[in-house]
Amino acid sequence: MTTQKPVTRGTDTDPPLLRGPGPVTVALKVNGTTHHLDIEPRVSLLSALRDGCDLTGSKRGCDQGTCGACTVWVEGRRVLGCLTLAITCEGHEVTTVEGLADGDALHPMQQRFIDADAFQCGYCTPGQLMSAVALVREGRASDEAEIKEWMSGNLCRCAAYPHIRTAILAARDDMAAHDREHDA
Amino acid sequence: MSAVIGQPLPRIDGRPKTTGAARYSADIPLPGLTYAVLAGSRIAAGRITRVNAAPALAATGVIAVLTHENLPRIAAQPPVLPSLLGGPSPGETFFPMQDATIHYGGQHVALVVADTYERALHAAGLVEFTYEEEPAVTVIDQIRDRTEVPDSLFGGFVPGHSSRGDVEAALDRAEVRVDATYHLAANHQNPLETSATTAHWEGGRLFLHDATQGPNATQHTVAALLGVPHADIRVISHYVGGSFGAKASIWHHSTLAAMAARHVGRPVRLALTREQMFTSCGHREEQEHSVSLGADRQGRLTALRHHKLSPTSQHDDWAETSLEVGAQLYACDAYEGVYRLGRAHTMTPTFMRCPGEASGLFALESTLDQLAGELGLDPLELRLRNHADTDPVTEKPWSSKGLKECYRRGAELIGWHRRAAGPVADGDWLVGLGMASAAYPAAGPVNPQRARVRVYADGSAVAQAAASEFGTGVGTAMAQVAAEALGLPVERVRFEAGDTDLPNLASAVGSTGAGMISAAVHRAAVALRDQLIAQAVADPGSPLHGADPGRVGLSGGRMVLRDRRDTGESYAELLLRAHQPDAEATRSWAPPQGEPTHAMMTFGAHFAEVAVDRDLGLVRVRRLVGAFAPGRVLNARTAKSQLMGGMLWGMGQALLEQSVMDRRAGRWANPSLGDYLVPVNADAPQVDVELVEVTDDVVNPLGVKGVGEIGQAGTAAAIAAAVHHATGRRVRNLPIVVEDLL
Amino acid sequence: MRPIGYARATAVSQAVKAVSGDRDSTYLAGGTTQVDLLRQGVFGHATLIDINALPLTGIDRTDDGGTRIGALARMSDVAADPAVRDHLPLVAESLELSASAQLRHMASIGGNLLQRVRCGYYRDGASPCNKRAPGSGCAALTGVNRNHAVLGVSDRCIAVHPSDLAVALTALDARVLTATTTGERAHHIDDFFLEPGDTPEREHPLEHGELITAVEIPDTPTARNSRYLKLRDRQSYEFALVSVAATLRVEHGLVTGVRLALGGVATKPWRARQAEGMLLGGTADAQTYAVAARAEMAAARPTPANAFKVELAQRAIVRALTSLTPAGGAA
Repeated sequence: MTTQKPVTRGTDTDPPLLRGPGPVTVALKVNGTTHHLDIEPRVSLLSALRDGCDLTGSKRGCDQGTCGACTVWVEGRRVLGCLTLAITCEGHEVTTVEGLADGDALHPMQQRFIDADAFQCGYCTPGQLMSAVALVREGRASDEAEIKEWMSGNLCRCAAYPHIRTAILAARDDMAAHDREHDA
Repeated sequence: MSAVIGQPLPRIDGRPKTTGAARYSADIPLPGLTYAVLAGSRIAAGRITRVNAAPALAATGVIAVLTHENLPRIAAQPPVLPSLLGGPSPGETFFPMQDATIHYGGQHVALVVADTYERALHAAGLVEFTYEEEPAVTVIDQIRDRTEVPDSLFGGFVPGHSSRGDVEAALDRAEVRVDATYHLAANHQNPLETSATTAHWEGGRLFLHDATQGPNATQHTVAALLGVPHADIRVISHYVGGSFGAKASIWHHSTLAAMAARHVGRPVRLALTREQMFTSCGHREEQEHSVSLGADRQGRLTALRHHKLSPTSQHDDWAETSLEVGAQLYACDAYEGVYRLGRAHTMTPTFMRCPGEASGLFALESTLDQLAGELGLDPLELRLRNHADTDPVTEKPWSSKGLKECYRRGAELIGWHRRAAGPVADGDWLVGLGMASAAYPAAGPVNPQRARVRVYADGSAVAQAAASEFGTGVGTAMAQVAAEALGLPVERVRFEAGDTDLPNLASAVGSTGAGMISAAVHRAAVALRDQLIAQAVADPGSPLHGADPGRVGLSGGRMVLRDRRDTGESYAELLLRAHQPDAEATRSWAPPQGEPTHAMMTFGAHFAEVAVDRDLGLVRVRRLVGAFAPGRVLNARTAKSQLMGGMLWGMGQALLEQSVMDRRAGRWANPSLGDYLVPVNADAPQVDVELVEVTDDVVNPLGVKGVGEIGQAGTAAAIAAAVHHATGRRVRNLPIVVEDLL
Repeated sequence: MRPIGYARATAVSQAVKAVSGDRDSTYLAGGTTQVDLLRQGVFGHATLIDINALPLTGIDRTDDGGTRIGALARMSDVAADPAVRDHLPLVAESLELSASAQLRHMASIGGNLLQRVRCGYYRDGASPCNKRAPGSGCAALTGVNRNHAVLGVSDRCIAVHPSDLAVALTALDARVLTATTTGERAHHIDDFFLEPGDTPEREHPLEHGELITAVEIPDTPTARNSRYLKLRDRQSYEFALVSVAATLRVEHGLVTGVRLALGGVATKPWRARQAEGMLLGGTADAQTYAVAARAEMAAARPTPANAFKVELAQRAIVRALTSLTPAGGAA
């Protein structure tokens, strides 16, 4: 059953500005730096980061949203770079694994990954880290069971999973301590 | 006892790997870089009758389209040989785009080069092919009545048939007999990094950044295929994003990247898509195992017959070596192992982690579990009663064993005594326990392995060899090996690798890497130490002048008199005085030739606690315990991580992983990580890894037997046994899925 | 992925007009289906109208006590919304058991309903597939079809509808609100998903350019005693083999309210009305549940590879309802 009502939402009647399909200039703010890239609208955020910004920490493990190796943050939320078009990120802050450390000082999550041997080949690690820090911020790192479920979007073929959980639990406490210091 | 070797030091590449700084083979920025994407055949058998490259060539940004019509011919096709041999090691004796024939689905039929990745990817789909299709044969059911037992397989190293005693007579006479047949799904390695090569030519020299388990293997193989002198090819491979056998042989894309770079005169990056990982670097073949065991009433094995049936490609006789460890694992006088192969329209199968043992031990150990049940014996007791004190095949002593201790420690950790009381109900779940033996050959290379060690006048040192780092932690372990031999703090020693300009090595495959690379590094470091001690005792300016070199040792980073440790000096003091910026030594470790004196194998034991939902058939592994005796462990932290990974691989093999063939189309039906299920974090239970110390003076200088595969050998059998314990159901196929348990 | 033009819409009417006027264009919301299938070559749109800036992200109470979820609200935000968790735990549960945390941050509610089937023959862009290329045939009928549907199938298509959320919404009698160039429409969830029949390419009744603006879920007091049970091979990050969305009210040992919908087994989110009818007024025990489940699945048309789903679905229904039955059950 359907009902008909007049459209009430929206006011803009001009057609939206069409860009592409050829290369257009896209301003991408990544880790605090704005990159002006001449890219086609079809270019994914992952490709733009890797090929346009030479930030190759984000990995292409599948290009289909099934592995999590391309996990980055857009406005602080963990998303998949492979299924995000770069052009949609204009005006948004993008953060990659290259932006996680504070200069030479590793983020607690990075340090805890090293301490716990939470990786082997390291290929999924940037995605794991970006997911893991976001997970803690989301409040989903209360125990192993929760971490298991909420980290399942990041495949690790070396199967370092138990160590990843150990690292996250430790880094969660480090991050809380750090936040308390800053609040004080 | 060693001071540095074995220490659980954190990985030295932790920082690059956690900051994104580590550059893998598809991460190399080069001026003028272009992007290559392959297209695969839509049919599995037949031929291409027409190619239309025009739509692809017309697409924006496309620089070249290569097909069999214009790709140069290869110079020569080397035979399939394991890369452990150190020579050319293609994955199959077929090279694509040389003619119009199609031998398997997904076979590379076009390579498109464009100025961006997106443009290349799109254009690869625009090349039009017309095919003349023939019926494809791809699965065991289609080859059953046309199989052969090959004289040999696995590059000629494994016989198709082997036996001892009269197995048929022994089976006929057996007081207890069990016959069982198992089906194992085909599997794909699926490292998270898809295979990738970045190629560029400079002044007639070829540079390849390649994801490989052995840079030299890439060098030798590409050189042979292209007819380019080895000396003109440099392969660099600093970080490899996992391999698990996918990058153990050298597959077509590495050479194709080089051909494409030459063709377009610019650097080319060729990274396989995830889908292409299913048809570009081999797979673990679908297989059927038939095991017959004969035993007396006390449970002593009197006969062991193990036959395997599997499809291979049109061009190579290949099956993973599933039967070899089973022939050696238990004392049994009558044995027969037979491989039967049938030609199919697939790639040549290849190595996949624990290649052969993971499948063969599932069949053998599952049958033993069943035999234990029929005898009313504890499965662990049955293993103990058949313990092989010497190698049943050669009757030689073992170089080291430790299996009984592995059984004991593993049983204790899992609480094996609980098993006798039967399965436990936990709400909707039935919880059972299972165990299996683990065994993996401690093989080694056949030719000399080289390394170079250099000490600088500031007291820092670097060890070098062309090993690649694909997750094993080789850099950390080898820094420890060199540091120990040189008597230097490990922080002062770096291991440089991943480059064919460095001393050459065979590929790190089959759990041999740690043993052979450590042998070479150890030899070179010891030689350099001795060289510097000799220089010191000959140097009138040295406090050690005139001393007997045999009485000079190392302490606190210095060369000192063993009986007067305050007399001595550092390498730095020695070198500075002599105005020498550095000193170095290159040495080879030549593996022993001729008939070995011992049988060499790594042993272990798996224990699994598994819950099965009594109504819904869901299987949940609650805990895995593995106890292993891998000889000398170079770094306990990284070794345990590898063993844990292997065990979780066994869990994936047991419960999740299957490459499903669409037999009508001759194509894998689930070529993605959404459909080919590998374990996720939620699947991974608590894993306990126990290291059992054994000393091995035979396998190689440091007694290292390796940890890459043994973690997976037998895991699936332990899980299947636990499922049986919990439910009474004997599942004879892998993976074990819901429908098996409803 | 073919070259595509891109425009960012700032108003619903503008977006609807733009897409309605260009058959080669479509909307881009979270992108998790759109970008994937464009790259796979399954979709061939020339233009994407980005609707992410449209004000369609609210989660509000309606005048009659129902809940209205904006079409562009993200799965993760809806799942975390306190009101949704409180009033519609079934919705929150179905969302949190979907996909991965990253995908849930990206994917919109509207997009979730419009996500495409996971049939490998549809996704490969080349096999015969009546959904992707009408009239080309269905490779799944006799192909690899363990994960395919057993209910609502036709001889043209047996692909399973993949959404978890849609199963929960189906149990809750939700409505899908849309905007067209001529006005707004509302589709009852039952009518929103179409069985394949002879036209598997047609998955829903939307016109080209018709934009989902919100989903409305009526006040459902029984929905607080609910469960979304999802069975799969992997323990997370996988589509369902079988899923059950159930709500149950038991009084004096009798079922006085029940909603039941199935996922993973049917070509559309499957409201198990036959089972509901048998359960209402019946004894709240496993035996009654099993009889109703068997009746619901009697219409199943499985293949040899997915026949297990018929049994598994029945057991899952019983499990879900049993877990919602108060302690003491029918006592």
